[in-house]
Amino acid sequence: MRNRSLAIPYVVWMAVFVIAPLLLIVVYAFTAKDGGVTLSNFSNMGQYFPAFRHSFVLAVTATVICILIGYPLAYFLSKEGVLVRKVAMMLIMLPMWMNFLLRTYAWMSLLDDNGLINQFLSGIGFFRLINTLFGTDLTCFHMINTQGAIVLGMVYNFLPFMIMPIFSVIDKIDPKVIEAAQDLGANSAMVFRKVIFPLSLPGVLSGVTMVFIPSVSTFALSRLLGGGKTLLLGDLIEMQFLGNAYNPHLGSAIALVMMVIVLVCMAVMNRFGEGEEGVAVL
Amino acid sequence: MSKRRIPSRVFTVLVYLFLYAPIALLIIFSFNSGRSNRVWEGFSLQWYLEFFQDTRLLGALRTTLILSVLAAVIATLLGTAAAIGFYSMRRRSRGVCLAVNNIPLTNADIITGVSMMLLFVFAIGLFNASPISQALGLRWRMGFGTLLIAHITFDAPYVILSVMPKLRQLDPNIYEAAQDLGASGLYAFRRVILPEILPGVLNGMIIAFTMSIDDFVISYFTKGSGVTTLAVEIYTMVKKPVTPEINALSTLMFVCVFALLLVVNVRQARQETASEKRKAALMPDAQS
Amino acid sequence: MSKELIRLSDCVMRFDEDVILDHINLYINDKEFLTLLGPSGCGKTTMLRIIGGFQKPTSGDVFFDGARINDVPPHKRKVNTVFQKYALFTHMNIFENVAFGLRIAKTPEDELRRRVEEALTLVNLAGYGKRSVNSLSGGQQQRVAIARAIVNRPQVLLLDEPLGALDLKLRKDMQIELKRIQQQVGITFIYVTHDQEEALTMSDTIVVMNQGKIQQIGTPEDIYNEPKNAFVADFIGESNIIDGVMHEDYVVGMYGRRFQCLDKGFAPGEPVDVVIRPEDIDIVPEAQGQLTGTVTEVTFKGVHYDTIVDFRGFKWLIQTTDYSEVGSRIGVKIDPDGFHIMKKSPYSGMFGDYSSYSAEYDELNEGPDEGEDEDAE
Repeated sequence: MRNRSLAIPYVVWMAVFVIAPLLLIVVYAFTAKDGGVTLSNFSNMGQYFPAFRHSFVLAVTATVICILIGYPLAYFLSKEGVLVRKVAMMLIMLPMWMNFLLRTYAWMSLLDDNGLINQFLSGIGFFRLINTLFGTDLTCFHMINTQGAIVLGMVYNFLPFMIMPIFSVIDKIDPKVIEAAQDLGANSAMVFRKVIFPLSLPGVLSGVTMVFIPSVSTFALSRLLGGGKTLLLGDLIEMQFLGNAYNPHLGSAIALVMMVIVLVCMAVMNRFGEGEEGVAVL
Repeated sequence: MSKRRIPSRVFTVLVYLFLYAPIALLIIFSFNSGRSNRVWEGFSLQWYLEFFQDTRLLGALRTTLILSVLAAVIATLLGTAAAIGFYSMRRRSRGVCLAVNNIPLTNADIITGVSMMLLFVFAIGLFNASPISQALGLRWRMGFGTLLIAHITFDAPYVILSVMPKLRQLDPNIYEAAQDLGASGLYAFRRVILPEILPGVLNGMIIAFTMSIDDFVISYFTKGSGVTTLAVEIYTMVKKPVTPEINALSTLMFVCVFALLLVVNVRQARQETASEKRKAALMPDAQS
Repeated sequence: MSKELIRLSDCVMRFDEDVILDHINLYINDKEFLTLLGPSGCGKTTMLRIIGGFQKPTSGDVFFDGARINDVPPHKRKVNTVFQKYALFTHMNIFENVAFGLRIAKTPEDELRRRVEEALTLVNLAGYGKRSVNSLSGGQQQRVAIARAIVNRPQVLLLDEPLGALDLKLRKDMQIELKRIQQQVGITFIYVTHDQEEALTMSDTIVVMNQGKIQQIGTPEDIYNEPKNAFVADFIGESNIIDGVMHEDYVVGMYGRRFQCLDKGFAPGEPVDVVIRPEDIDIVPEAQGQLTGTVTEVTFKGVHYDTIVDFRGFKWLIQTTDYSEVGSRIGVKIDPDGFHIMKKSPYSGMFGDYSSYSAEYDELNEGPDEGEDEDAE
């Protein structure tokens, strides 16, 4: 049973298909098309600063919104009975297992100028009310093809990744710990502030990792919900590898920089929340 | 108490509404007779009919299913063996292996995708320029093979994460007990270890399978030009403004996912009750 | 007596730099109940695993019935093991657990059924065959583990702290039960424990171990009455161990006085360790005492009082039914058979002073004995 050699095939597999590709990224990032070593891939990166800025601003916004929605929800759910908790968690996971492109597609038609949201708002006379109140001439909210729509897409697609780790951490808090705090004179607000919140931080940290990383690197969302008007890092990288701008050296350099920034962010964040439990998966 | 809960309940319901409204929209409009996702024009099943006649989409679905099953099975074999191997290692080397194992899980999909694409392009270029290629008259290209490799690579970590806890839960003496009673190593593994870790192995395989079905980004970069997967096909379709077939497809997918999740959850619930029973049975003479 | 069955010859076990077994020589007779007794990390479990075939000694030989078995894998040895945490197969019912070994041996079905039922009856679990492992209590699981091993009719049964996970009362019942089973099946039991009382209750022979070395081999009476060194004296029961000098045969000196004893054969004037068991000391009025001291602590223990008495800075434990006031001056009287004289050993001076006495002294011997061989390959 104790047989280390069983790991050999997979260790080799990881070396070839996990480690080697990442090393190739580094190699490509520091070489030019003719094969010579160069730093020009990095020195030219300044022109792509807006893509970096947009990606990080939108991803941070989406992550913060996910915390604001996900934390209270996870906390409320943790107070429910066993059955409700189980079903609720299953319902959180269910959309996650449906392809995110399909879910995004649904939003494309919802957010449209003639979409159901705008239809609904004009149906209840919302725009008429606004127009009479403020003397405007509004027929719809323009939502699709904006940065707001991209953030919405990120929140919608990745919210479950925030709720689940927070919930599982809060759920595991020993009720006796809370009783002990109450016994020592803490009211419910203090119990939350002094006991539950600090104990749930590791869950928040995994949630942040699991929302922020796919958000900052997404490339389809901006095209589908942002109308291609906002160029994000993911789109930029994709263009260098499969698009017209084909230049894997530049693409690798951008990917490398993104990876390093993300790693630094995560390291700093984990420093703040000592005792991180590692990234909870699923 | 119950009155104080009303705001939290309202909030919860709103979040679920947010999560499910778009899906409900897709499902409702999949039965719309018009092309639009905005105006209801009457009930019809025509988009389902069209979906089942769309050879391109069905072809992509077939490829995806074959790919996902193959990748999940291979990843399960590879990953289960690796999990036992990791479990047998000393703490340090196990830590290193698990850290590398976690890379595909934590890394952004796009990085995994482009890095593997680089490797494939690099290796294929090397091979096609080599004398072996010329001698055999064989030219490699990206396609189902590279797709399969990529899928196995990101599936296997899930299998390992699912099997490792089962191994840790094992009574450390159980394998020795079987041997002590006369079982050879292989027999002891088959009759004793495998049945004990099987739930973890199966769960790992299911997760791997769904990850493969669901993947878009990594497939997008590693598929080459010859083949296409369902997710990639969906991507090309949703870029067009109106594609009502997508609604039908979404509904079918939702039903499948729902059924699968139900199966997984029932299985888990059964395991939990079993382990709780065990705990309860052991309670009487547990030292307090 | 009966013939020799197992012999360990100059066995050494080393993990990296740690010496777990240090040149062990031991023979085990057929049909005896032998206990390996020692504190956690003393090497007793390693010794058991070497006999079971789960580990190979770094050097030295293991003989079974005269044949060298160093390289025989566990499944080919006529030895079965009862593991500490039972190691039952939770995916099989009780019957299949017990039948596991017989199925591998391709025993005919009707014989298999008969033998499994016999084994279950032996451990008082007749009729439990259909139950699942998880529905049993810890004590019952332990019995299944014993039945599973015994059904194969091994020549030797190895038991690795089998009662460690049970509560006190159940443990006492199972001690008697195990002894009964051993006598009924008539095979060799090799039993590992850190619980001296368990060892004294069940064993024909006790092997006391510490730090990879055998300290003493003997019957329970021998070990208790004639401990070979301060470690054994302290580990088995309670002992006051005092520095003394052997003046001549039958006369030992301590505290500057001469006492009659029953020991002889030491060089005149040889420094020795004097062991006096707490129950061999009588408290008498100060004037009649061979020695006088001050009572510093008294604890009621049910059948007796634990009385700590200070004799010129060295504290003794006395177990007596007579109550003495704390602070009172008392005398003690010890009969010649109350003294036991030991040669000086590396353990001299390490044990036997009750200055740091705590009322929970019993617990000190019962520390957890897990993980002694953890991470061993």
